[in-house]
Amino acid sequence: MKLYNKSAHELHEMLVGKEISSKELTEAVLVRMDETEDRIHAYITETRDIALRQAVAADERIARGEQISYFEGIPGVIKDNICTKGVKTTCASKMLENFVPPYDATVMKRLETVRPVILGKANMDEFAMGGSTENSAFYPTRNPWNVECVPGGSSGGSAAAVAAGSAIWALGSDTGGSIRQPASFCGVVGMKPTYGRVSRYGLVAFASSLDQIGPVTRDVTDCAHLLQAITGHDEQDSTSSASEVPDFTKSLVQDVKGLKIGIPKEFFVKGMDAEVEQAVRQAIDKLQALGAEIQEISLPHTEYAISVYYLIAPAEAATNLERYDGVSYGARVDGADVVEMMTKTRSEKFGEEVKRRILIGNYALSAGYYDAYYLKALKVRRLIKEDYDKAFEKVDVIVTPTAPTPAYRIGAMTNDPLKMYLQDIYTVPLNLAGLPGISVPCGYSREKLPIGLQIIGKPLDEATVLRTAYTYEQSQEFYKDMAETEAQA
Amino acid sequence: MKYEAVIGLEIHSELKTNTKIFCGCATTFGAEQNTHVCPVCLGLPGVLPVINRRVVEFAIKAGIALNCTINKFSKFDRKNYYYPDLPKNFQTSQYDLPIAEHGYVDIETEKGKKRIRITRIHMEEDAGKLVHAGTTIKDSSTSNVDYNRTGVPLIEIVSEPDMSTPQEARAYMEKIKSILEYIDVSNCRMEEGNLRADLNVSLRPAGTDTLGTKAEMKNINSFKAVEDALTYEIERQEEILEDGGHIVQETRTWDPNRGITLSMRTKETAQDYRYMPEPDLVPIITTDEEIQAYRDGLPELPDARQARLEKEYGLSSYDAGIITSSRAMAEYFDAVVAEGADPKLSANWIMGDLSKNLNQEGIDIKDSPVEAKRLGKMIQLIEKGTISSKIGKEVFKTMWESKDDPEKIIQDKGLVQITDTKELEAIVDNVIAANPKPVADYKSGNKKAIGALVGQIMKQTKGKANPQLVNQLLAQKLA
Repeated sequence: MKLYNKSAHELHEMLVGKEISSKELTEAVLVRMDETEDRIHAYITETRDIALRQAVAADERIARGEQISYFEGIPGVIKDNICTKGVKTTCASKMLENFVPPYDATVMKRLETVRPVILGKANMDEFAMGGSTENSAFYPTRNPWNVECVPGGSSGGSAAAVAAGSAIWALGSDTGGSIRQPASFCGVVGMKPTYGRVSRYGLVAFASSLDQIGPVTRDVTDCAHLLQAITGHDEQDSTSSASEVPDFTKSLVQDVKGLKIGIPKEFFVKGMDAEVEQAVRQAIDKLQALGAEIQEISLPHTEYAISVYYLIAPAEAATNLERYDGVSYGARVDGADVVEMMTKTRSEKFGEEVKRRILIGNYALSAGYYDAYYLKALKVRRLIKEDYDKAFEKVDVIVTPTAPTPAYRIGAMTNDPLKMYLQDIYTVPLNLAGLPGISVPCGYSREKLPIGLQIIGKPLDEATVLRTAYTYEQSQEFYKDMAETEAQA
Repeated sequence: MKYEAVIGLEIHSELKTNTKIFCGCATTFGAEQNTHVCPVCLGLPGVLPVINRRVVEFAIKAGIALNCTINKFSKFDRKNYYYPDLPKNFQTSQYDLPIAEHGYVDIETEKGKKRIRITRIHMEEDAGKLVHAGTTIKDSSTSNVDYNRTGVPLIEIVSEPDMSTPQEARAYMEKIKSILEYIDVSNCRMEEGNLRADLNVSLRPAGTDTLGTKAEMKNINSFKAVEDALTYEIERQEEILEDGGHIVQETRTWDPNRGITLSMRTKETAQDYRYMPEPDLVPIITTDEEIQAYRDGLPELPDARQARLEKEYGLSSYDAGIITSSRAMAEYFDAVVAEGADPKLSANWIMGDLSKNLNQEGIDIKDSPVEAKRLGKMIQLIEKGTISSKIGKEVFKTMWESKDDPEKIIQDKGLVQITDTKELEAIVDNVIAANPKPVADYKSGNKKAIGALVGQIMKQTKGKANPQLVNQLLAQKLA
């Protein structure tokens, strides 16, 4: 197997055993990047010099006989909405095309302590708004399994890079499914931790009460390790959880005996994609065969989740994005006076989807509409959360599809935003309820496009989610598959 | 028709924390432009606010001192409006659950004590400052933004429209300032913009309960301007109403140089602030125990202190009111009295010579060149008759300029009062001999003529003669 197709834990063993050097590994991944980027476009910014410097430094530490950490010397990519000091952070927007943050996000500071190799910044939907990475202001990212298809989004660059072998691991962000859905589309593992688990400081805000940074990896083992590296309380994020962080690697055991798994009936409805349903049903059967107890549950407010999400997220986005006005940083389009300057800057430098959501958000917050839209959405959000609280009195995890379909063709939904919004039906409730969830590969469509299984846990119970995911993953071979052929075609 | 004014104030007070409300930057006034800034207060992409606990503490203390109910569950909201001095284009403030509500203060008016209700106190961040290339934004080709002030913590104290004259509004603002200074939560330096008020005023036919259309005047930052702006605005509205016109609901600005208010914007173009809960901050939960601890930790407030001075020392209500109007003056007074000086005499000296000198030189009482200890000693010397009040003034003047104790000054200058009867008798005899006319006048019944003789004696003794003794001796000898 090619170096770039291996998981971080395999590569870590090889580094420790001095079978390879970090420089060799990094160069192999950079070559892979050269092979694939023309068609995949997973990257916005490449930091090859930094990567090679970090690789050489890792090799020096290995040569000195120092103990190295799990991700040390192993190359990965960071979604371009996570601030990296001295390296452009564009959010895939013309507005921040040349924005170089003077500070590092907390996750970057945490990563610094495990000393990985950073290859660059991954493409995404502009300001994380979208589910296909087609909303990048620069270029769409393509699915390594089939370059005619979208990689999902908004963390499409992160998922595509990990799937294509142009990164071993990635960080993404998930506001309504933006890690899990592209992981599902690209056949990799993606996790959204509990809201508050991972500091949001330095994550360019889309919807503050929903945003969460998380890992995108080759398998569950890497996911657990990467989560461990970035998790923990941060004084700079008031919403960050002060709860103790467990050792997630203890979850890497095959054991679901007696585990109570809930299957929400509202998620399996007529008209859902047959291939997705079949793959997910098979996965559930597999879990049952491994000793889990399966029971049907009800999450009655599920049908409102999309409406609620598309009021709350745009409302928060509308205020979060007000700061992009051309005054002190980012793009500026000059005008006769300050009002015209701000207006022109925002009109010309934001993309269509971003402007659509700003309009929706401001409308929902306007005098006279607030109670009918925003306030009502907050109330229903609470009802959705209560659905899950009740369900979790009976079950330990909930298993669902990650997305209603496999990856679709580029351009298939760009003229129908509502249809695209409905793609988020299985993922947004977790963000609204603040719950952890993972997507693991569970099969393919006839077209050989990956299908993802979503495992949802109780608040702060990533451990059980990871254990369930690991047990399932190890019971079949999907995780070993790479999108190699297609990407090289 | 006769009209009465209905006035309400929104007072913004900067809190005297060392650091800003949501980041660790210094709040120091007057620093070089954009030196007290960081990614958080600049509103860079990705940053998050973290509440400065001191801000909450100070706001709660203000709430308690202004007789408010403290909301045990309080939260922040985003107030959205575009302005280049506001880096995020929203101000993090409080909307429906402010930290404190339903308070009051009592003010002195011509008709006696009046209670002004306080609607609410909320916490918020200050904005930056535009530095125009020209004199105003209109005649400037470019403007810079100084973000040093961005994120300096403020409390906004909103009153009910309970005031009816410009004088009451002034008294209310003075009272708020005094209380905030007492509890040590704000520097209240009005010239630095620490304390500024938005004035809301409308008119209604005297004696009715209706509310007229109001005008608002923003950012008034002196007591005089509060009075002047309201006086002008009340007259302006009165004239319009007298002429049968209507008041337009609008924001006006006070031009202190021309002494007029000018329209800034009308209600039609008023902002929709699209308030929403601040998702980056968690609600502020305050327990009864915490509130009680803050209450216990508060110093004696002006009203209580005034009452105590009246009761314990027999000061007049007027004197006690002035002495307690600032915490620093009240503390100075206490220190003078602690030295052993007579309270009434102390009050007179503080309100008289001391205040006059401080005001003339623009010195804060805290930095008074004549410390409370020395003034206390000097007053005691007057009480004991070592010096006269008149000599006291001279001693005070010398103390103002030197570090010497009053005893030393008196010694050095030979200012000890002449109380030796023999010595004085000789002088009195001389003066009687040398001034036959006033002596004759006095003897013929013009008792006032004695004044001229006393004056002569004081002149010869350079004021050192004990006035009572002089009077006594003269009376004996002219009898």
